[in-house]
Amino acid sequence: MGERVHVRTNINGDAADFLCEPRQSLLEALRDILGLTGTKEGCNDGNCGACTVIMDGRILDSCCVLAVEAEGKTITTIEGIAPLDGLHPIQQAFLEEAALQCGICTPGFIVAAKALLDREPDADEARIRHWLAGNLCRCTGYDKIVRAVLKAGEMMKQGPAIGQRAGVLGGKAGGTEAGKSVEDVYMA
Amino acid sequence: MTITGERGVGASRSYKVVGTSPIRHDGVDKVTGRARYGADINMAGLLHGKILRSPHAHARIRSIDTSKAEALPGVRAVATAKDFPIVQMQELDFGGAQRNSRMMADNDLAYRKVLYQGHAVAAVAATSPHIAEEALELIKVDYEILPTVLTWKDAMKENAPLLHESLTKRFTMDRSSQGKDTGVRSNVASQIQFKLGDIEQGFREADVTVEREFTTQTVHQGYIEPFACTASWGPDGRVTIWTSTQGIFGIRETVAGIMDIAESAVKVVPMEVGGAFGGKGIGYMEPVAAVLSKKSGHPVKMVMSRKEVFLGTGPTSAAFMRCKIGADKSGKITAAKLHLVYEAGAYPGSPVGGGASTGLSAYKIDNVLIDGYDVVCNKQKTQAYRAPGHPQAAFAVEQVLDELAEKLGMDPMDLRLKNVARQGDRAPTGVPHARVGFKEVMEAMKAHPHYSAPLEGINRGRGIAVGYRLNGGGSGSSATINVNADGTVNVITGSMDLSGTRVSIAMQVAEVLGIAAEDVLPQVVDTDSVGWTGGSGGSRITFDTGRAAISGAEDVLRKMAQRAALLWDVQAEDVQFKDGVFFCAKNPKDKLSFKELAGKLMATGGPVTCSAMDKQGGVGAQLAGNIVDVKVDPETGKVDILRYTAFLDVGKAVHPAYVEGQIQGGTLQGIGWALNEEYFFTPAGAMANSSFLDYRMPTTLDLPMIEAVIIEVANPRHPFGVRGVGEGPIVPPLAAVANAVYRATGARMYGLPMSPGAILEAVEEQQPKKR
Repeated sequence: MGERVHVRTNINGDAADFLCEPRQSLLEALRDILGLTGTKEGCNDGNCGACTVIMDGRILDSCCVLAVEAEGKTITTIEGIAPLDGLHPIQQAFLEEAALQCGICTPGFIVAAKALLDREPDADEARIRHWLAGNLCRCTGYDKIVRAVLKAGEMMKQGPAIGQRAGVLGGKAGGTEAGKSVEDVYMA
Repeated sequence: MTITGERGVGASRSYKVVGTSPIRHDGVDKVTGRARYGADINMAGLLHGKILRSPHAHARIRSIDTSKAEALPGVRAVATAKDFPIVQMQELDFGGAQRNSRMMADNDLAYRKVLYQGHAVAAVAATSPHIAEEALELIKVDYEILPTVLTWKDAMKENAPLLHESLTKRFTMDRSSQGKDTGVRSNVASQIQFKLGDIEQGFREADVTVEREFTTQTVHQGYIEPFACTASWGPDGRVTIWTSTQGIFGIRETVAGIMDIAESAVKVVPMEVGGAFGGKGIGYMEPVAAVLSKKSGHPVKMVMSRKEVFLGTGPTSAAFMRCKIGADKSGKITAAKLHLVYEAGAYPGSPVGGGASTGLSAYKIDNVLIDGYDVVCNKQKTQAYRAPGHPQAAFAVEQVLDELAEKLGMDPMDLRLKNVARQGDRAPTGVPHARVGFKEVMEAMKAHPHYSAPLEGINRGRGIAVGYRLNGGGSGSSATINVNADGTVNVITGSMDLSGTRVSIAMQVAEVLGIAAEDVLPQVVDTDSVGWTGGSGGSRITFDTGRAAISGAEDVLRKMAQRAALLWDVQAEDVQFKDGVFFCAKNPKDKLSFKELAGKLMATGGPVTCSAMDKQGGVGAQLAGNIVDVKVDPETGKVDILRYTAFLDVGKAVHPAYVEGQIQGGTLQGIGWALNEEYFFTPAGAMANSSFLDYRMPTTLDLPMIEAVIIEVANPRHPFGVRGVGEGPIVPPLAAVANAVYRATGARMYGLPMSPGAILEAVEEQQPKKR
């Protein structure tokens, strides 16, 4: 088991520190220690991209990074993508383009797409397909995902205001309800 | 009350909400990471469970020694099959194949024998998943290794070792019945047979006959979310289970049956489902987690690794198909014979009935003989995978038809159109077709620009295929609608939302109530909170649960009309409802919108809440079709998909964007099945490629955009004409891609997957002169 290690990081703009075992992955630390369950585990061996996060500007599979390696790093997870008062253009585009079905791969795709569009908002279909080849989706056939990322690139070029459109459901709470009726489910 | 408006169905009717593509209600949670899936649960005192799996494909369990594991610090409970009460209560039998609790218990934790590599034998709950894994290594299982019966071929050999001593072959001519017990002890669990006309005479009438043999390999649904569940056994004897499943009530029945407790003592709470495709129609770990929780006094969470998903859950059948079709010179099919052998894996229950009852059903053929065999072997027990059993049969039939068209000198689409089944024609099952859109799909394919577009360049080919899908349904769905004072309504169902059914059900309610889709708030709740509802499978939810919700919504209108009558001091029958407005027939100035009246409910007698259920005969049939262009690299054998157009008769597309998504996604899975995917087994029966690196599913780089063409031939069984969309799209791609590869290379592909090596071999074998 070994002694727990104190790791200091910055996650989604906030200083975050945690204690972990040396054998725990960054994915385990995010999900099980910090409660950031938006980052998903699909394969735990770097082949599906469901656990994609941005660390110091680079995307990586958090299942293949040890938690202790996050020391001093700056990390963005799916929970840190949206601005306070709305959605990021990529999130908005995924909704408008119906680019998700079951939704389990969606956080990984959005995080990976953000890392691309932050640098290359003009990325074309070929570039997007190349960039996202490390993220598996089994529901959509990728068609609508690629279209959503193309659209998000356009939205991002038009400026941040587009991305701040709140109230995609006319201001009403939509949402999944699973687990929410359970008082003893921890919230991140 | 009179509800005025168009009561016809389908495309001819105009809709306000149905047919639009609003943003899904659960979308924001899913793009922000807030949605909670099977593994996204944590609670005080939570333990982590792990499962020990058999390294052998076939072995008798002599003994299991768990003492060292139990002694490891951090371990709180260890379980084996002996902890399942049902194992002590009854011997393993094979009745009611798909919902046999004793058989499921044996698959969840093996009792006397392990039947495939990966078969669960014991489980541990510990304070961390790592400690639980360490404990597994301390469990000592004494196995007596038995000869492996790996394939259907091995299993059907004379004197093949029997997987189950007590298994006897059944014979049926009805997909929904188990049939007669023949008393013959065998690895063949059952034979299903359909017959029409005189098969011998039919072939005598043929001018051209093609007979070929085909094989497909074991493939997995490939959902990205591994199985995950949590169980908490309370001091009151009730157990609560949080799980990612297609059917919460099915899990409730299974856990109750295996643990020998009342169904009402089990509460199943649905988590979001990260892909299922049929594979999550049953659970594996819920009863195990329940035992571990009962023994430890703590909640226990169990999450499979990807490797465990491959080894320990149900993929779909590897299959053998022999197909013979004869036609006269005009192209009229005179006879067809289809012989199917599907591997069930460790226990009976392959989808061979799905293949047998659909393979030839798109066509009107007077003389038919179909035989299907369900064969057990030492592989994972198969489970449903999107249109279970259909794609394998279509892979054979649609390639034979392609060859037949070539021999007849006919356009392959014309051959299909000449023989297309219409309403009233008898399917091989003996059942006449209802109103179907087979012809409309075929005509749309032929008229599509893709069909006639020039395909230039060498090593390229265009293939077509269609696929008949018999959608399920009729198991039963409940829905409750509560009207809120602000004019919104909550729609409560027990139908797990696998891919967008919250929105498709909400839209149907909105259509009836004359309000916006955004004003309907769909909720999927636990087994204590909604009426019994069958699982989300068979492409039935938008149809079945939609029908229940529509009927609930119509009841809401009736109740609200009574309130309006009170306000206007008239009789309820004097109140009419049109375009979202209640008005008085006697004094048309008296009118209230749905929202206005919703605000007056508390003053007129209290809340309006309506529950409804629907249980009727099933969705019905539909046709899917594909046109695909490929390029085959002559040096490597690699296939590139250049262009793909996929057609589906959906009856009525409630949410066209998500209907397109279903078509595109089913196509992706079909392409993966056609080109890359297969379980590689060692001779001893171990899976050699149990990771996404080696079990390679299509990525963004493997596919072009997929054009989805929605055909709408209204289904008379649904008020809006819905036919279901989930499964049909996976039926044609296997054959369509094979037909395209044939056009590109001149080589017929009789086996899947069409990997680069397989294509090079086929080209070599079939065209030695070219080389």
